[in-house]
Amino acid sequence: MSVWDYIVNLIPNLAHNLRAAVAGGPDWLVFLVMGLAGVLALVAFVMLQVPPLTWVERRLVARAQVRMGPNRVGPFGLLQPIADALKLMTKEVIVPSSADGLLHLLGCALIFIPPFMIFAVVPFSMGGVFTDLNMGLVYVIAVGSLGAVIIFTAGFASANRYSMLGAARAVAQLLSYEVPATIALVTVALAAGTLSLSGIVMAQTVPYILYFPLALIIFFIGSLVEVNRSPADLAEAESEIIAGYHTEYGGFKWAVFQLAEYTHMVAASALIATVFLGGWKGPGLPPYLWLYAKMLAVILLYMWIRFTLPRIRVDQVMAFAWKFLLPLSLINVLVVGLEVALAPGLPVWLIGINIPFAAASIVVWAKVYRALEGPPRLMQRRELPGITVPLSAETPAGSVR
Amino acid sequence: MYGTGLMKGMAVVLKTMLFKPPFTVQYPEQRVEPPRRFRGASFVWYEDRCTGCSTCAKACPQGNIEIVTSAGQYNQYFVEKFDIDHLRCMFCGLCVEACPYDALFMGGDFENASYSRAALVVGKKLLNAAAPTRIPSSYFHPELDHIDITSGRPVPEIRKAEQEKNQDIGWASR
Amino acid sequence: MTLRTDPVTINFGPHHPSTHGVFQMRITADGEVITNLEPVMGYLHRGCEKLSEGRTYTQLVPLTDRLDYLSPMSNNVACVLAAEKLGEIPVPERAQYIRVIMAELQRLANHGAMTGFLLNDLGTFFTLFHYTMREREKILDLFEMTCGTRVTVSYMRPGGVLQDLPEEFMPRLRALLDELPQRLDEYEALITENEIVLARTKGVGVMPREMALAAGCSGPMLRGSGVKWDIRKNDPYGIYDRFQFDIPVGTNGDVYDRYWVRIQEMRQSVRILEQAYRDIPQGDVRTRLPLFFRLPTGEAYARIEAPKGELGFYLVSDGGIAPYRLHVRSPSFINLGVLRDLTVGYTVADAVITLGSVDIVLGEVDR
Repeated sequence: MSVWDYIVNLIPNLAHNLRAAVAGGPDWLVFLVMGLAGVLALVAFVMLQVPPLTWVERRLVARAQVRMGPNRVGPFGLLQPIADALKLMTKEVIVPSSADGLLHLLGCALIFIPPFMIFAVVPFSMGGVFTDLNMGLVYVIAVGSLGAVIIFTAGFASANRYSMLGAARAVAQLLSYEVPATIALVTVALAAGTLSLSGIVMAQTVPYILYFPLALIIFFIGSLVEVNRSPADLAEAESEIIAGYHTEYGGFKWAVFQLAEYTHMVAASALIATVFLGGWKGPGLPPYLWLYAKMLAVILLYMWIRFTLPRIRVDQVMAFAWKFLLPLSLINVLVVGLEVALAPGLPVWLIGINIPFAAASIVVWAKVYRALEGPPRLMQRRELPGITVPLSAETPAGSVR
Repeated sequence: MYGTGLMKGMAVVLKTMLFKPPFTVQYPEQRVEPPRRFRGASFVWYEDRCTGCSTCAKACPQGNIEIVTSAGQYNQYFVEKFDIDHLRCMFCGLCVEACPYDALFMGGDFENASYSRAALVVGKKLLNAAAPTRIPSSYFHPELDHIDITSGRPVPEIRKAEQEKNQDIGWASR
Repeated sequence: MTLRTDPVTINFGPHHPSTHGVFQMRITADGEVITNLEPVMGYLHRGCEKLSEGRTYTQLVPLTDRLDYLSPMSNNVACVLAAEKLGEIPVPERAQYIRVIMAELQRLANHGAMTGFLLNDLGTFFTLFHYTMREREKILDLFEMTCGTRVTVSYMRPGGVLQDLPEEFMPRLRALLDELPQRLDEYEALITENEIVLARTKGVGVMPREMALAAGCSGPMLRGSGVKWDIRKNDPYGIYDRFQFDIPVGTNGDVYDRYWVRIQEMRQSVRILEQAYRDIPQGDVRTRLPLFFRLPTGEAYARIEAPKGELGFYLVSDGGIAPYRLHVRSPSFINLGVLRDLTVGYTVADAVITLGSVDIVLGEVDR
């Protein structure tokens, strides 16, 4: 076996070597060592990405805003994340007196867990996966919705009204977007014929982004909401509810929430890269580098969106999920199901059908949605007793428009 | 419609991100040269021109300038005390505008942080010592926009010479 | 089963990222929907009106810089107009043009800042804000080279302006005027057709025409509600009757219309600046007055179309060197009076952008 082969199959080879090293021991020892090594490797992989990502995001947003960004600590400000972490670690940890101390702590301790658990089933190369669950997609969805509970814990325990509002928003939107995102993943499962993420990667001779652009768009929007990124960062909308569910967290606890935000983003990008962009498959480079490059592309897209787009209002987020994305995803499942039944093996000409279909279905459904809803009737002003504000509907004279 | 408006905004941001150089200045290393009319902290006061008339003190909205004079031998005033309180000064420039004898000028300095409050009340001694080295601002004296009155040399030349000397003429260093 | 819900009182501010200063909104909310809103102001009260009674008419000018600190030039103009009106002080032709140039540049800077802040309130990560601040910096550079400071300008004087423009002002202004239309297009690309902005701002914070008139709103607030009222046209001061420009008027009176009116006003300001650049004559810029000049006994009210609305200075003189009484009709304060009516029934997120669209500066609200 050449060195290049060893590098290409680095993860299975390392696992094999480790297993060989402890092979003499009892079964439970092998199980424990292999498990711990895997967990450590995953945690290190995810955690080590966060500081560079914060640096990248800050530099990029600075460039988008015609300024320099961090450039004082180290060359190009590369050590800035470390300086920030040190500063945050030295700060006093304050727990509000009315807060529930234990839940307050649990909120920030547990927030990491769902994104890490997602990485358990993400394949980094052929055979390079922590545990190849045969229902990996179901597992991913189940773990993903855990985040809502933890965010609610954090917000509820803070005993702060901003936190409570943020927590309520987070639960509402996370649960709503689970539905269309899950149905979007169903199309992929239908086409691949398996729920295992490794199986889905193997099934992608052509990346599914070309076969199922509509499912990708729906899942991408859903993931934007689930990782709490702009334009759906309602749970921590700084211009409205200060910091949402983590308003009452300071110092290192706050840093934990920031880290969690990035780990969520990394996990979501890994999922999108695996399911829609062909996972670790790619020519030339080792497979884990391919996966990483695809993840990075998705992360950069997340960042770019954050720099540009304003935030959606909470009722619009919900309406968009239930009235727009959900019917669209159901239509998508129907069409993909028919395609899989009538043209098994996903011939390449399906791409030529599916891309215009995605564009057409968005446009048509938008029109139908408009027609059903009537003219853009936005947030209805609630009629309240004791308020005598006449709302005149007629267009005033003297308009230049 | 259908996200085209969003795409337009994202294109603008991408264009800026990729092609626009930063607009900001890295302050301690790079400095923006204040314009000639800058109303800065380091006042320039020429004792030989000052008659002690206290018009500047009267014109000051805050009452920051304290002047004490004594009668001299030949029907003139000696300025005993000329204190400008930088702590309360808002650099409105009304004192410079009021001075009938062109004895008081604004300066070009803006870094006047200090560890002691007393150091920010600038008196006659400091002003006298600083007057020959400072370049008066051309605020309310547009004729100085390109000429420095102390030496008569054009301003850019003086600025250059000053940079070569590389000495801080701010109040903070004193 | 019916769920019983309790209203919750949220204190928005005085330390809140989007109250634009030390302003407090006591919001009573039923879930996300506001049932009552109580504006609390006065945290920045400095007694400017009382202070001015101990200042000469020239010394008033630095005080007005600190009222609306996003548009000090306009405040200066309004203040000296009152003194000129009472004392019938002539103003040289060139000074009138300089005043127009400065006031319109200030309007561009102020509306730019407001637009940037609006998108910030909507939740963008400061991007448009930095773009508008970049252009504001260029405008403030022009101010700095003319009068020595960027924000606390104190440039206007009764009887003209402090001093003439420096030589390099006109070329710089020309360059800025050439650049601004493209920049405005850039801002509009980020806002005007952005679906999320449209969804968030259309139909939010609706102020009907009648309410706007009854509440005494002015400026973009009033014009956003469809009332064609601009003091530059309706009661021209200075030399505004010589300039060609349109008054943009909104239709619905919602947040989007107030934004739209402002971005159109910026284009009109560029138009006015082009005309002023073309027509500005040479000559004197200041009528010389004594250091402590006296105004005749009487009273005068001068008003201008400041970026935020009708800014009026009501000056009462007893013949002394200082005003007997000075009252400032500040547009921010009066426009803020309708805040409760604009926000009740909408969500908490809407209250933030509605406050942003009123475009307040607390220095002027509390005075």
